Amino acid sequence: MKFGVVVFPGSNCDHDAFYAISNVLHQPVEFIWHQSEDLANCDALILPGGFAHGDYLRTGALARFSPVMKSVKTFAKSGGLVLGICNGFQILLEASLLPGAVMRNIGLRYICRHVHIRVENNATPFTRAAATGQLLRIPIAHNDGNYTADPQTLAELQKNRQIVFRYTSADGKDDAEGNPNGSKENIAGICNRERNVAGLMPHPERAVEAALDSADGLVIFRSMVESLVTSVQASA
Amino acid sequence: MATASAEIKVTAEIAAEHGLSAPEYARVQQILGRDPNITELGIFSVMWSEHCSYKSSKVHLKRLPVRGKLVVQGPGENAGVVDIGDGLVAAFKIESHNHPSFVEPFQGATTGVGGILRDIFTMGARPIAVLDSLRFGPITADHSGPAVSPETITKNRRILDGVIRGIANYGNSFGVPTIGGEVCFEPCYSQNPLVNALALGIAKKEDLFFAKARGTGNPVLYVGAKTGRDGIHGASLLASAEFTEESQQKRPNVQVGDPFVEKLLLEACLEAMTTGAVVAIQDMGAAGLTCSTTEMASRGGTGIEIDLARVPQRESGMTPYEIMLSESQERMLLVAEKGREAEVLQVFKKWGLDAVVVGEVADGGLLRVREHGLVVAEIPAHPLAEEGPVYQRPIAKPLQKEESPADWFVFAPEKKNLTNNFKQLLVSPAISSKRWITEQYDTMVRTNTLAVPGAGDAAVVRIKGTKRALALATDGNGRWCQLNPRLGAMHAVAEAARNVACSGAKPIAATNCLNFGSPEKPEVMWQFSEAIDGLAAACNELETPITGGNVSFYNETLGSSIYPTPVIGILGVMEDATNVLKMAFRDDGDIVVLLDGMGGASDPPAAVSSNGSNARLAREFSSSEYSKTIGGIVTGQPPAIDLHAEKRVQQCLVALAASCSVQSAHDLSDGGLAVTLAESCFASAPARKAGQTLGADIEIEDRSPAESAVFGERGARAVISVSPASLNAVLQMAQEYGVSAVQIGKVIANGIFRIELNGSAIIEEPVETLRDIWAHSLERALRQ
Repeated sequence: MKFGVVVFPGSNCDHDAFYAISNVLHQPVEFIWHQSEDLANCDALILPGGFAHGDYLRTGALARFSPVMKSVKTFAKSGGLVLGICNGFQILLEASLLPGAVMRNIGLRYICRHVHIRVENNATPFTRAAATGQLLRIPIAHNDGNYTADPQTLAELQKNRQIVFRYTSADGKDDAEGNPNGSKENIAGICNRERNVAGLMPHPERAVEAALDSADGLVIFRSMVESLVTSVQASA
Repeated sequence: MATASAEIKVTAEIAAEHGLSAPEYARVQQILGRDPNITELGIFSVMWSEHCSYKSSKVHLKRLPVRGKLVVQGPGENAGVVDIGDGLVAAFKIESHNHPSFVEPFQGATTGVGGILRDIFTMGARPIAVLDSLRFGPITADHSGPAVSPETITKNRRILDGVIRGIANYGNSFGVPTIGGEVCFEPCYSQNPLVNALALGIAKKEDLFFAKARGTGNPVLYVGAKTGRDGIHGASLLASAEFTEESQQKRPNVQVGDPFVEKLLLEACLEAMTTGAVVAIQDMGAAGLTCSTTEMASRGGTGIEIDLARVPQRESGMTPYEIMLSESQERMLLVAEKGREAEVLQVFKKWGLDAVVVGEVADGGLLRVREHGLVVAEIPAHPLAEEGPVYQRPIAKPLQKEESPADWFVFAPEKKNLTNNFKQLLVSPAISSKRWITEQYDTMVRTNTLAVPGAGDAAVVRIKGTKRALALATDGNGRWCQLNPRLGAMHAVAEAARNVACSGAKPIAATNCLNFGSPEKPEVMWQFSEAIDGLAAACNELETPITGGNVSFYNETLGSSIYPTPVIGILGVMEDATNVLKMAFRDDGDIVVLLDGMGGASDPPAAVSSNGSNARLAREFSSSEYSKTIGGIVTGQPPAIDLHAEKRVQQCLVALAASCSVQSAHDLSDGGLAVTLAESCFASAPARKAGQTLGADIEIEDRSPAESAVFGERGARAVISVSPASLNAVLQMAQEYGVSAVQIGKVIANGIFRIELNGSAIIEEPVETLRDIWAHSLERALRQ
């Protein structure tokens, strides 16, 4: 089993994702440069946070043209696990690997703080180690996290149980108070219909040790490891 | 002989327009043995500007302690460097970007952050934290003291907003956590805000890089962003002159920052350094290509030749004068090993950055600038860098109005309930939560942040791969320095060090940013000289040598100076990162203990009679935040300081943290004991369920007036909380360090914040009510 962390020029949470996988989960991981079309036989990919290509034009808009994205799409189509965190999520949206878009935060300011999200569906490779309804305390750090989609897409997301995480207040209510950026229906993270591609605005890699004030993000990476172990066993 | 493009005949008048005085111009002629051409004049004018040459401050800066057994590099390089153990070093430095931030707040602040980050990674150190020390004019109308016009308030808010967005924009995108600093408000900063940015980086000791050009024939490379016309004369005309009504016209002199390019430059430089082909490197900051070529040559005792035709340019038709003086951002100059330049160029190509060989290291000690082979400037590098003017400016103590006790703060009668005044203090921009600001910064990127802003007295970052952590704090009380620059400067050092000690780290070194008015005013030079003596005394006593920083003069507008504002950054090391202490109270029933290096009551033992003592207290209290906010009074003197007491209490805090016997620690500063206790309660909120913020039940015995007892700001004190089981061990340890430790109450989960003085409750309120006004007042004020 091997994780790959894709590095775009301007990625700045690449080392944090790498550290979470290697030093906290003790799993093999390597960096993949955005100009490489070779995914180095990785079994799961993480598109990390940051400001790929400076986020010029629009978040993720230039990154989707990086050569590596061709291979990421092929990998995703063949069922490989792809997790986009923050800027990585924005890139997956621009690359149409996930539906919808993000806009500037309501309030028009960058926000960095711990928020609460609720696991809405634990029948995904990214949440299988969690319980549906479980609250996670994880930081956000973004300018553009205001998730939006047309009503039909939102209905489909709901129907297909593709909404993986919702923002909530500290006591678990998904009201406006718990919604930091104005996202439609408090959506914090979604997956594709096939469940193998997921993206979220919060940073689980920043919540992997008690010293960092929360270890709630670990469950997402543990779920991925479990899924990979299971699929290896299934194919053996 | 330099003749090309010298169509403009340089005269003494043109030299004067460049900010060079008649004697300075004569010195230029003497060094060259002829008249300079216009390009050379431009080069001299920036190199000999106050900003680059330190001509007014040099003689005083010599009095600062700069040596210590942990100091690897003192002042004079891109950043100071100290040994932090485990084979690692920390590079850190603070710098001002005040004038650009007034003229264009967003770009001024971004380029301030960008510049200090380059200073750090130029040394081969990866930046791991940024702190910002900010001073603005009033942003609310309810400020006591002289009335501030609504236009000024609106303008101050616009400056604040631009500066915060600028800092956030640059640091967040670059990927360095912005994790601390301070924000203060005083009327004197309305026309001249202060934006001081501090950056910290770490490197392996053997991987450090320096800015010394070596090896005749070694190629000189220009890397990074292209050169444009932005920032020309930023250092000389913007940073080295006071503001007038025409200052807004200087907007084109402000540089424009691009954090994305800086991020690429960081990664590319660190990667290029690993090739082993980089000999020396320096960033192009103030005075751009001029300063980097001159200083690298001068430090290395060599010469440098470059051809401007090879410099990547953003626009066409730039003259040699413009190229040499441009302050375009995100550029570096490096010297590579001859024959291995391709290895370096390859790395920059990978990161999509321009990298071009523009010249070479030469014998003869000359800075020789060509354009298409034709010499356009030729100046001996060493005299240009090191033999500029040095002034012993006249010094005169300002004439101060005779201080009369009638001007001092009048204490409230005994037993008066002070709850409303306390609430007013919590709402004031000086004391209220800065969360609205700090949430706009990415405080967590790189996953090293152990104490986010507001969680502890200092910012704390762990060092992965070791057990260690570093703590950093900045401080500088302009109001106190205005009243007594020597004492105020000592307090700045003491408080920053105390903050670091409260986090559990041992203070080891300092960096300073000295913000003052015009050095041509003898009164300002007196303030400067006094402040230097105060810094020297405190840094000597607390064993925190100054490893670098900068001086920012001419902080004045229309003839009126800012408060003298020396800002100090103190770095501390914690052997075991798990011992980090934060300010939040943790458990119901914990004992609250007041540590005091001076040994007890808020009235130090020097007091003779009770009346005389009250007069002295009133005089000191008149300089406090409470006196300013509640009484509208700013006069008197800062509290007396006892540096030995400071040292004792700091050593005690570090030992207590290492013994893991303390639950929380928070120093006493603005707003005194009451504010310290309240903040420890408020900080408990995030870790607890809504509405369960811990309260405190405090009982104090003190003979001095109530307001002095609970809002007085005398130093050398900290509030800790201790579980009952650890109490005896803590009291004993305090005794060993010669620090008084008095139990003043308990942490309590009944939701009430209560302070009783000599048996009467003087403050009593639900803690959530207090927290609400404290937590949201800044945001509410700015939305008005």
